[in-house]
Order: sequence, then structure tokens, then C-alpha cells
Amino acid sequence: MLSRVADNLYWMSRYLERAEHTARLVDVNLNLMLDEPPSVADRRWQRLHSALGNPPGLAWTEEVTASLTSARENARQVREEISSEQWQRLNRLYLQVTRYNLQEVEEELPSEFLLTVIEGVHLFEGVTDSTMSHGEGWQFIQVGRYIERAMAITTLLEVYHREFWGHPERTLEGSEYLEWIGLLRCCTAFEAYCKVYTADLSPDRILEFLLLNPEFPHAVRYSVDRLQSALEAIHGEAGKRHAVPLTRLAGRLQASLGFAQISEILAQGAGGYLQGIVRQCREIHHALYELYVNYSIQTALAG
Amino acid sequence: MDLTETDGAETDRLDSPALQNYVLDSAYDETFESAGKARSHYAPLLETFTSLSPDEIRRRKHAADISLLNQGITFTVYGREEGMERIFPYDLLPRIITSAEWNQIERGLTQRITALNLFLSDIYNEGRILADGIVPREIVCSCRHFRRQMRGLQVPRNVYVAVAGSDLIRLPSGEFVVLEDNLRVPSGVSYMLTNRRVMKRIFPQLFLRYGVRPIEHYTQALLSTLRSLAPEGRPEPTIVLLSPGVFNSAYFEHAYLARQMGIELVEGRDLVTHDNVVYMRTTTGLRQVDVIYRRVDDDFMDPLVFRSDSVLGVAGLFNAYRAGNVTLANAFGTGVADDKALYAYVPKIIKYYLDQNPILNNLETYLLTNPAERDHVLQNLETLVVKAVGESGGYGMLIGPHSTEDQRREFRERILADPRNYIAQPTITFSRAPCFVDDGLEARHVDLRPYVLFGDKVTIVPGGLTRVALRRGSLVVNSSQGGGSKDTWVLNR
Repeated sequence: MLSRVADNLYWMSRYLERAEHTARLVDVNLNLMLDEPPSVADRRWQRLHSALGNPPGLAWTEEVTASLTSARENARQVREEISSEQWQRLNRLYLQVTRYNLQEVEEELPSEFLLTVIEGVHLFEGVTDSTMSHGEGWQFIQVGRYIERAMAITTLLEVYHREFWGHPERTLEGSEYLEWIGLLRCCTAFEAYCKVYTADLSPDRILEFLLLNPEFPHAVRYSVDRLQSALEAIHGEAGKRHAVPLTRLAGRLQASLGFAQISEILAQGAGGYLQGIVRQCREIHHALYELYVNYSIQTALAG
Repeated sequence: MDLTETDGAETDRLDSPALQNYVLDSAYDETFESAGKARSHYAPLLETFTSLSPDEIRRRKHAADISLLNQGITFTVYGREEGMERIFPYDLLPRIITSAEWNQIERGLTQRITALNLFLSDIYNEGRILADGIVPREIVCSCRHFRRQMRGLQVPRNVYVAVAGSDLIRLPSGEFVVLEDNLRVPSGVSYMLTNRRVMKRIFPQLFLRYGVRPIEHYTQALLSTLRSLAPEGRPEPTIVLLSPGVFNSAYFEHAYLARQMGIELVEGRDLVTHDNVVYMRTTTGLRQVDVIYRRVDDDFMDPLVFRSDSVLGVAGLFNAYRAGNVTLANAFGTGVADDKALYAYVPKIIKYYLDQNPILNNLETYLLTNPAERDHVLQNLETLVVKAVGESGGYGMLIGPHSTEDQRREFRERILADPRNYIAQPTITFSRAPCFVDDGLEARHVDLRPYVLFGDKVTIVPGGLTRVALRRGSLVVNSSQGGGSKDTWVLNR
């Protein structure tokens, strides 16, 4: 497969994941804000911005549409690699979203807009799985989706950790329960959490669930497992050429999540642990580029 | 109108309401010998079509549109509605070419491509034809598409033009003549292939009755042609199609051909050269490329040799080509042979290399560098067509009978300022064929572009793209200027 094609598929997938994640976070938070005084709501906006890694002042509508536009642009360049169903689905979502007046959306109709984005991305994922060959191209789509997801969820956990876990001596106010529900909803995890731990919300268990659960699709460990298996599938197809740095990085991250215990993480300081995961994801991204996309010609000729 | 007349066995006159607006004029009519009397090979087709109600025709046309749209056979229209796609306009009624007519076209084009390849090989090497004074040296060397860099370069099998698309028109006498040769990057073949696919789906019974020669093997033939041109010692060559990218209006065709041949569709940024070898960047590392079917103009192919501001090409490609490590189809510098001024010499070129008379004639052409011919042209501008030699796609043309005083004055000045840049030809009303317009049939001008492949042998799939000037009275068939297309049937017998 051409490196450029792999690159386009990877970024198409990352941008879609980002659009969906942003839309869901905004949806959940707007909902919580309805019950809050303005001062609390302001702090919530700031938290939202840092969880998304955005500079303050960037309108979330713009972030969502920009992500979808980039995803579509990437898809358009590799139309021959994806199925026509995928293209049509993505193009339709793009047309739907760009037809909205963004200012009106922010003032009046956010939930309809957000739902369109979330559902559109879910539909695209379904169409991708059922109409595209699960070969190398599909694996690059998996890599993009899960590396983006692992980083986004970890960043979200880190922001919550800084605000809430960071002060264990503080007593839980009533409103904080709402925050924990909000966090779970941001990860579509409320129901899944309840099935494991019942509706008895405890911050440490929430952290354990979102970080270490191997079965829940928005848990960091699950995402890293999928990331690792997609990378292995690509190594298999592409031969083992200089794959060592990438295999080591991804394998180490997977092992560190797979064998971790929440009590140890908390004892060592969860903040550092979470930052470490984000850093390792970045390293995996660079190693991936070094190996498949942006390799220097000299190394390629030598190997 | 008495419809029962069509049932009469003693008369073969067609008298359908669909034909009431159909008027013959001085142009050759593909379908009718005289008013109401169809040529024998068109009769069954017209019977079928005129027996269908307008609603039924609309229904089938709609089915064809949907089929094209769903297959993604579209070109993108940029503007406000980004991503809006339109299908290439086409007409349901096929154009039919008899086996005898095709036989002559095929022999004529084979002769022509053979002679033009010998010509290119000659002018980039010994230059015998120039030394013998058959073709003036200045016509060749002053051509914008002449590539000095090609001098003395050996190309595989001596094939410069591997893919050509010559435009033929039909004179009022019924004779096919060559209007121009496209020897650089001819396009449109994907429409030929998809028109056929749609027609087969919509009118299967007509195909059974007619015995139409197949064209589906075009992509296979293209692939074998490209393979036959691979550098020596590469028995399993890697072939790629080089496209300028997604913003090119012919991108659909590039993607279509690459997919049908099962080769990679690459852009300039996917290729690198090292030690005069061309590689493509893949996820498995660098992979050597042996043959490039390029759909990028010469100018943009290698910034080190041609235009230095181009980002569509590959730096170092020309040296790799020169070293014989990669084959390009078509070669650089083939545009010199489809220059409109050189066109006038093609009959002499055929005579010189093959010692044969041309099987397909040229249109009479006045060279404006010749003072006598120039004076004649300037005095008769209102009856002639003037064309700029370097333009294509129907731009830069003066059509005398349809021109205004101002336009003629402007062209007169331009001709005097740069006579080498223009040629003139008599205004020819090329042949017309019926097309569906509103609910009836009306006559529209058509041309024919067969696609010629030249590798270890010459292959011309029977047919080509019949282009239609969909605007009433228009002679311009280019898709950029309101042209459409028709399926082209070459009959078995």
C-alpha cells in the first residue's frame, strides 16, 4: 500500500474519532450546565477546553466541523481505497453538518447538531466494518481510531483527576456526584459501569473502569489492545522491516495497562501515570510515521 | 399524422412523432439517407426507439443516469456546493459504424500511428526527414512541445506514442478524415467503457440483434501494451498510473483505469528517485517502478528538467528515464507530432516512411507561415476556421461563418503578429446524428475518437468515444464546452 494512502486513512479515522468525541463531550456538558449557576458553568467550559486540548476561545462548533472537513478531505484523496458506501456516508455527514449555521447551532439547536455528528460517525464506523476489506487499509483506520481514543480518554481523565482526585481530603458535595455521572457519560460508560460496579459511584472505581477495563470500547486499555493488534496485523502484512521501535513502544504500553493495579497507580500518583500514557501514545505515532509513512530514503534503501 | 404508415411493409419510411423536428441539411447524416429513409444498419435501432413512448425513454434514461451515478462515473463540479458530482452528459441513441467503415478506420489509424512514431524517432535521432527537406526544420524546432532533451535517447521498442486518441470527423461525402491527433495524454476512454456498460444493461436485446463488437478488453490491452514497453530485464514489471491528483478534472478516469488494470494510482509525491531508479513509497518500503503510464503533461513531470515550479512531478525522473531504468508512456516530446501546423505534413510523413498513400485523409490546412497561403486566409476569414496551434479543448478558435467583424479583426492582428501560432482550415460541417432532445429526436454534430494502443503491436478496440455537440447547431464537442457522448457500435458484419 502506498504510504500516502496509509497516511490519509489514518488521519481520516483520527479526525472522525475526534469529531465524535468532541460532540459527545459538549453534549454531556451542555446538559449538566442546565442545572448550574453561571460561575460553575464557566469553570466547566474551561475544563472542557482543556480536556479537548483546545486553546480557550475556539468555538466547539468550529472544531467539530473542521475535524469532519479534514476527515472528508483525507477520504477524498483515497476514494479508490475505501468503499463507495463509506464515501457516501462520510460525504453525506459532511454536507449535513456544513449546512448548519454555526452561530445558530451554538445559540439554539446544539443537541440536534451534536446528535447528527455522533450518529453519523457511528454509521460510518459500521459501514467501514461491513463493507471494507479488513486488510492493511482497514487496519490503519483502526490504528487511527484507537490511538486518538486512547489519548482523548486519558486526557479527559487527567483533567478530572487534577480537579477532583487531587484533593482527597475534600468532602464530596452533592454536585460532585453529577460530575462523576458526567464523566462516565462523556465516555458512554455509565451503563457499562453500573453493570460492573452498580450505580454506587466511587472515583477510584471509575478511574479503574475507564483506564483498565479490557472489554469496554471506550476504556483506555481496550483501545490500546485494539491499537496493538492492528499494528501487529500491519507488521504481518508489511514484513518485519525495522519494526522493533514501534513494536516495543506499543507492547510496553499494552503490558503496562494490562498488568497494572489501580491501587498501585493511585499510590504512585495517577496524574503522572496518565501523562505517561499520553506521552507514549505520541511516541507510538512518531514511530509509526518513521516506519510506514515518513521514512528516510536512505534507511529504506539500506533495509 | 397517420401512424399506421410505419406498419406498411412496402415502405421503409419512418414517420414517427419523435422525428417531426428532425431536419436534414447539407451535413452528412449518420442515420438517414434522405428524409424519412434510414440507412439499413440503423433501421432496426430506430424502429425500437421510435416504438417506445417518451415516458418509457425517460424511464430508461433515468435508469441509466442512476446507474452511472451509483457507479461513481462522475466528474466533480467545484464551487459553492463542494463535492457535488455530475454525470458526464450522454445520449441514449448509439452511433453505428459498419464493419467496412471500421476496417478502413482501423487500417488508416494503424498506418498513421506507425508513421508518426517513426517520425518522432527520426527527429529525435538522425533527423533524416528534416535533412531531406520533407518537413521544414523550423516547424519542428519552433514547436512548443519539441523536447531538446530527448535528442539521442533510445526508447524501448522505439515507441514514443503508446496511447493515442485521434479525432475523426465525417465530411458531407461520408468520408472519414482526421481532424487532429492527440499524442500526449488523450482522455475520455473511461467514458467509452462506461457508456457501453450502461447501454448493455438498458438495451440488452438490441445487442443480441445487432452483433456489436466488444470493447471491454481495452484495459487489458492497455496493460499488455505498457508491459511490452518495460525496460529490459524486468520480466515482472511494476506498472503505475501517475495522476496529477484529486483536483484534476480527469481524476475519475485515472482512478478508474488504475483500478481496472489493478495497478497503483500514484501522484508525484509518492515517487522518489535514487541512483537513476524510480521508487514508490509504500508501507513495505521503497518499491522499484518500471513503467509509468503518466497522465501529467511533459512540463510538470520533472522540475529539474522542465518547469522548475512544478510539484506534480518527480525530481530526477528524466535522468532515470534517460538511463533506461524506467519507461514512460507516452514518451516526452510527443506533442511535436500533434502540433496543428505539423498536422499539414502528416500525409507527406506517411509517404516518406511507409511509401504509402494515406488511408485516412487530412483536412485541407493552410499554413500561415507561407505568405501566399496567409494572404488567401486573411482575405477569406469569414469562410474559414482559424485555430491556435498550441490550444486544445475548443479554445483559441475563430469559426469564420459564426464570427463577428471584431473577432475577425482581432484574429487578423494575432495572425500577423505570430503566424507560426495559427493554422486555417475550410469550415466543415461534420456529420450529424439523431439525439434525444426534449421528447423528440434532433440532429446534432458528432465526431469520433478511437483509442489507439501501440506496444509490441497496434491495438485499436473497435469503437471509440463519439462526442456530441449537444447545443443546437454547435460544432464544438468538447465536454468543457457543452459536449456529451454516445455509445459507439462497430458491427461484426
